[in-house]
Amino acid sequence: MKYIPHTKEDIELMLADLGMDNFEDLWKEIPEAVRFRGSLELPEPMSEYELFGHLSSMAGRNLSAASTVSFMGAGAYDHFVPSVVDHILLRGEFYTAYTPYQPEVSQGTLQVIYEYQSMITELTGMDAANASMYDGATALAEAALMAVDVTRKKKVLVAETINPRHLDVVVAYLLGRAELEIVKVPAKDGKVDISGLQELLDDDTAAVMIQQPNFFGQLEDSREIGELLKDKKALYVVSADPISLGVLEAPGNYGADIVLGEGQPMGNPLSFGGPYLGFFAVKDKYVRRMPGRVVGATKDIEGKRGFVLTLQTREQHIRREKATSNICSNQALNALAAAVYLSAMGKEGLHDAAKQSLQKAHYLYKELVAIGYEPLYTNPFFKEFVIKTKRPAKEIVKTLAKEGILAGVNLDIFNPDWDHYLMIAVTEKRSRDEMDKFVARMGDL
Amino acid sequence: MTAKKREKMIFEYSRAGRQGYSLPKLDVPEEALSSLVPEAMIRQEKANLPEVTEVDVVRHFTVLSQLNHSVDTGFYPLGSCTMKYNPKVNEDIARLAGFAGIHPYQPEETVQGALQLLYEMEQYLAAIGGMDRVTFQPAAGAHGEFTGIMLIRAYHEAKGEKRTKFIVPDSAHGTNPATAAMCGYESVEVKSDGRGGVDIEDLKRVLDEDVAGLMLTNPNTLGLFDEQIHEIAELIHGVGGLLYYDGANANAILGISRPGDMGFDVVHFNLHKTFGTPHGGGGPGSGPVGVKKELVPYLPVPLVDFDGERYFFNYNLPESIGKVHSFYGNFSVVTKAYAYIRALGAEGLRQVSELAVLNANYVMEHLKEDYDLPYDRICMHEFVLSGRRQKKENGVRTLDMAKRLLDFGIHPPTVYFPLIVEEALMIEPTETESKETLDWFISVMKQIAKEAQENPDILKEAPHNTPVRRLDEASAARQPDLRWMPMRADQVE
Amino acid sequence: MYPKELKYSKDHEWIRVEGNKGVIGITHYAQHQLGDIVFVELPEVGDEFAVNDSFGVVESVKSVSDLYIPVSGVVTKINEDLIDSPELINEDPYGNGWIVEVELTDSSELDQLLDAGAYEASLD
Ligand SMILES: Cc1ncc(COP(=O)(O)O)c(C=O)c1O
Repeated sequence: MKYIPHTKEDIELMLADLGMDNFEDLWKEIPEAVRFRGSLELPEPMSEYELFGHLSSMAGRNLSAASTVSFMGAGAYDHFVPSVVDHILLRGEFYTAYTPYQPEVSQGTLQVIYEYQSMITELTGMDAANASMYDGATALAEAALMAVDVTRKKKVLVAETINPRHLDVVVAYLLGRAELEIVKVPAKDGKVDISGLQELLDDDTAAVMIQQPNFFGQLEDSREIGELLKDKKALYVVSADPISLGVLEAPGNYGADIVLGEGQPMGNPLSFGGPYLGFFAVKDKYVRRMPGRVVGATKDIEGKRGFVLTLQTREQHIRREKATSNICSNQALNALAAAVYLSAMGKEGLHDAAKQSLQKAHYLYKELVAIGYEPLYTNPFFKEFVIKTKRPAKEIVKTLAKEGILAGVNLDIFNPDWDHYLMIAVTEKRSRDEMDKFVARMGDL
Repeated sequence: MTAKKREKMIFEYSRAGRQGYSLPKLDVPEEALSSLVPEAMIRQEKANLPEVTEVDVVRHFTVLSQLNHSVDTGFYPLGSCTMKYNPKVNEDIARLAGFAGIHPYQPEETVQGALQLLYEMEQYLAAIGGMDRVTFQPAAGAHGEFTGIMLIRAYHEAKGEKRTKFIVPDSAHGTNPATAAMCGYESVEVKSDGRGGVDIEDLKRVLDEDVAGLMLTNPNTLGLFDEQIHEIAELIHGVGGLLYYDGANANAILGISRPGDMGFDVVHFNLHKTFGTPHGGGGPGSGPVGVKKELVPYLPVPLVDFDGERYFFNYNLPESIGKVHSFYGNFSVVTKAYAYIRALGAEGLRQVSELAVLNANYVMEHLKEDYDLPYDRICMHEFVLSGRRQKKENGVRTLDMAKRLLDFGIHPPTVYFPLIVEEALMIEPTETESKETLDWFISVMKQIAKEAQENPDILKEAPHNTPVRRLDEASAARQPDLRWMPMRADQVE
Repeated sequence: MYPKELKYSKDHEWIRVEGNKGVIGITHYAQHQLGDIVFVELPEVGDEFAVNDSFGVVESVKSVSDLYIPVSGVVTKINEDLIDSPELINEDPYGNGWIVEVELTDSSELDQLLDAGAYEASLD
């Protein structure tokens, strides 16, 4: 299958026009030493029918959440996505456009981003949001760099209870900046140890970064941490689960300076880890230090409302080596998914999804505890919790996967010492019946 | 474009009590919120999201979509972005439940199809780039640059070397110097020579043992193949530095020349440009990074390996730079690019480059009388014109000509980039455009050149028939209005 | 365009000296090159700069320029009106568009600067 329109005659005409005999003449300026004369080692081309068959069979060898009962989370969640989301994503006018460089013919994308920014600020209780980052982890890393830039301090305090993979990315992002230091804030009983934080906090602290709910699903004392940071130079960075914000306090209301997070749960499929989006929101005074693209409202020469990319001097195409970030393409279509999701769910729907996740997670938690499973931590939680297992958690996950249940995430993936920990996430999709069956099977294991 | 030229904000459709969703009912005993969540953490006021019906959502976003120009609706010769046609079957493939519905932490035996896809795709990209291994974690080109430069940093540090500078040509894309800085390097600029390539003398001037490497796009941002690439590579390698290939322009060289053979040690590909995956209104892209053997130990974890029977994640890279993405990158974008490569094969990919380059040269040939062509050479998949003649003689800027193109339903080329060309217009037709489309574009460009002389005001006032006219970007930046606030009367029309 | 009573730097800043104080701004030429100015990053009162140090930034929609101080000095006043109305620089570069006032540390540095005629000649 080829996607080229040229007839043999077109090609002859065009070459003749250039005074060329054949394609070889086009490559005259490529030195022979770097010309590739072989044939690329690639499989034979396929027709569309064969291609779809081939990839369908590959997809068929994966176990999809659609055909299982899933309790997996740890940063990617099986929340409900209304059909309307994908129908909008499939509008070619959206998905085959690029960055809205020409606002006159990109008002669709621009207004979507503006609406998305508005919804994210509503959700987080912040003043301004950008158009998206690559994912939750890179958003966190960019927040660390931004905090260092804003405060001109060198120490970044990161809660030990943050998603370990997100921490890995923060570490990688700061590797090149030898002058900077990442210090882990110790945890006590599965959440940030406030007195430990107090001890680490000093005049050289650029940021305190926490995750709410944290990696283990536990709720941090985020308001107390906010109090602690009130008159400190250090920025308070909160990585939040967007669905949780349907019932949990907006971080803007407890003192956060930057709120970000993994936006996947807002209308994006699991897709084996991507594409997702990182949402990123700040207080007004930091708007000009924010990474990434931003859309603003303005008027055209006839006085009509319109939207443009704005505050662009922060960005790489203008400020080059002094830019706030190198990001160029972002996750615009995923942000569109989030905007459509938040519109369809709306004020009540998001609250409902959050409430149901919370209630159902607590139901399952109690049932599992009732049959003898011990929770790893016992603080309040939102939709995710960890239980200790007698058998290696990995075995349990493997066994139940064969029966169409994805039991959770075996935490040895993150730390070999955690091989008897199973992390369980519950979304609004799960029914009591599914959970009862799961508990029954867990009772046998 | 469309009859309806504007659309209210989704918030303006909101009425308390309207609902656009339905969820399963809560079928477990409900407990008081205050017994589950500490009072201090309970949200007091629900987020002020719209309350609208499903119909409202569909109409609103459909109408908004119609305010966009896109590849599906028209010609989009946006230089450096490779706005080629995005095959529809790839969208269906990425949406198969077995791809879209898998969780990144599922047991490996339940995702063998996905792992196989990544494994095979790695081999395809390695073959195309002349590289040894590839990581898919980078989510876009700039993210690939970051990853690649950090790999080079790790390589030097493993040898106990603390190098401080990265060389970037003056024709480079903004992400290149921004990346170098993000990675802790001083970005050192080298000039371009009279033929648009790296100025070898200027390169020699900045070369020393502090140089960690050079970032280069080849063909470069002028659309020209740097013929001295071998010499450049030798010079950089001579001081112990490495070469990074910014693959934004790889659409010109598929099966024609391989970065690995040019002397590059690290490359990124933009799957959203070269391999036909859609640009999504600004993303998601995918920026896989390929490396030569020496750099494999530093790649982000995990890699995907095959033991003869099963595919598995390999986390065993003790010298790895760690991770640059939560999971494995933009997987579903990779599935689309995989499908693209499987549809075309080696022969098909070579034709892509042949015709992308033919199209660009054809358009260049027909426009070089009407506009200044600063580098009159065979171009690759794109070329750069200058509007300096029109500016000087007619007081018309490149921006005005770009805006005029909008009146014809054509997306303008990339303008004012690369920075080394005054009033630049960077034109990339791509291979999926027919001779008829190119001829029409040429005629429109000729008409605009004529209008510049005869009726410059029509350009200065353009566009005339787009959903909005020119927008006041200065006010937008002075008094940023970045969110809808229902209480702000000036936002309501 | 280039008032006679001012001194000019090659970087397109002007200075109006009164006693040991100098008021500094950017020239008509500079504001015209930049186009619509949308943001000014100002130093703080009390900041000290050596000649040719960057003391702030002016931004237009699509460009950023450092401001270089034409003489060494300590900032005694900043033009706070520019925070909300950066366009004052475009509208009135030598009046309401002034940027900072400094106390000179070395008035002999003034001799290095250009007069209006020499500055204007340097622009072609
Ligand atoms: C030459 C060049 N390099 C790098 C990039 C950055 O790629 P991305 O937008 O995928 O991050 C671009 C994108 O336009 C480009 O044209």
